Amino acid sequence: MEKLIYLDNAATTLHKPPGVAEAVAQAILTAGNAARGAHGASMQASRTVYETRQKLARLLGCPRPDHVVFTSNSTMALNIAIQGLLSPSDHAITTDLEHNSVLRPLYALQALGMGLDFVRADRQGRIRFEDFAPLFRPNTRAVVCTHASNLTGDMPDVARIAEIAHAHGALLILDASQTAGTMPVDMTALGVDVLCFTGHKGLMGPQGTGGLCIRPGVDIRPLLRGGSGVHSFEREQPRDYPTRLEAGTLNSHGIAGLDAAADYLLEAGVEAICQKEQALMRRFYEGVRHIDGVTVYGDFTAKHRAAIVSLNICDWDSAEVSDVLYADYGIATRPGAHCAPRLHEALGTVRQGAVRFSFSVFNSEDEADMAIQAVKELAQSK
Amino acid sequence: MTRQKKPALVITFHATSQAMAAEELFRRAGLPGRMIPVPSQIAAGCGLAWKALPQERDALCTALDTAAVGHSGCFLLEMY
Repeated sequence: MEKLIYLDNAATTLHKPPGVAEAVAQAILTAGNAARGAHGASMQASRTVYETRQKLARLLGCPRPDHVVFTSNSTMALNIAIQGLLSPSDHAITTDLEHNSVLRPLYALQALGMGLDFVRADRQGRIRFEDFAPLFRPNTRAVVCTHASNLTGDMPDVARIAEIAHAHGALLILDASQTAGTMPVDMTALGVDVLCFTGHKGLMGPQGTGGLCIRPGVDIRPLLRGGSGVHSFEREQPRDYPTRLEAGTLNSHGIAGLDAAADYLLEAGVEAICQKEQALMRRFYEGVRHIDGVTVYGDFTAKHRAAIVSLNICDWDSAEVSDVLYADYGIATRPGAHCAPRLHEALGTVRQGAVRFSFSVFNSEDEADMAIQAVKELAQSK
Repeated sequence: MTRQKKPALVITFHATSQAMAAEELFRRAGLPGRMIPVPSQIAAGCGLAWKALPQERDALCTALDTAAVGHSGCFLLEMY
């Protein structure tokens, strides 16, 4: 195998921008515990964490840097948002597109009595905006929705969903795991109340980083309580964001890497990154869509979608296809179920799963073409 | 040599992120001072505070107010 062609960027970006690894190493060597002292090492960590909040607020359209809260990943951010805003007496609306990091916290609340309704996906994995309105109830507290499906790449119309949610007095919690860093995201312009992100996918930082961006005025109960670096003698967790939701030592080493990644994104421009990733995704899609035996999932007529193409070859087990792609062609993809059980049910791919190709700004047209050729050869071999 | 206490201005904050915003603001404006642990004379516990000479009070507080950076208090203390 000559060189790995990494097309699993929706799982995590493998190729990080210059400076990310160095920033983590430098932080490990020199950073103290953020917000735990006034000596140089602690202050260095505190400054890095704060600067990263500022950069992420700019990148994601969060009105205040102190409303950017760090967590260890999107799952933790979503759990904080869902469990901190919803109660058993509430009702919530979500969609068939969601990842288990949304579904499982919602199911846990449903088991305690919370009402839960789903906007259904069709056989192509599409949801209709019109299907939201009939689901609202007087006690609907929130709509929890992905910005882009991690399986198909399809994107719901978030601005309209926010509008209808607010018209019914509900909040919009957005799972931006697949979009933060890969396309322009402005939570304020979209009308998002809480945006949950991960640091290691499109934002191209280290694993173990993520967080929430919170609209000022949204009151989230803490999921964890503990050390905060302030108000040590109070029995309650401090009320101010971000400390309210950041009990315990932050991953300032990882955040230092995320800070370097944010520098790259701000310098290169998310719009430019988006254009390149979209071009690669469209190139690959156009190359595989007419191959006999290949089924591609999702809506490629939409202008906005994530740089994801999921497919199957005939009735071939996606796990086996992915393995052959890696073993014979050096192409890394993600097979099987993608932690999106309801969407697999809608697509009819519960047993087969799907092979997901996902692109990053560090991929090339040559790599997309080699992946097309590999799919072609595999389809012809069946 | 015995250390002598001197008057000091100490500005405290509700949260670490406020302290960091204030530090950035003061540095950019070229205003004097540095972060210290919150003195126990002000509050038992932990956290960050900005220490400067008493005569800098107006400049520092004006800068905070102008930039709408919150703080929880402004104290004159005798400190080593």
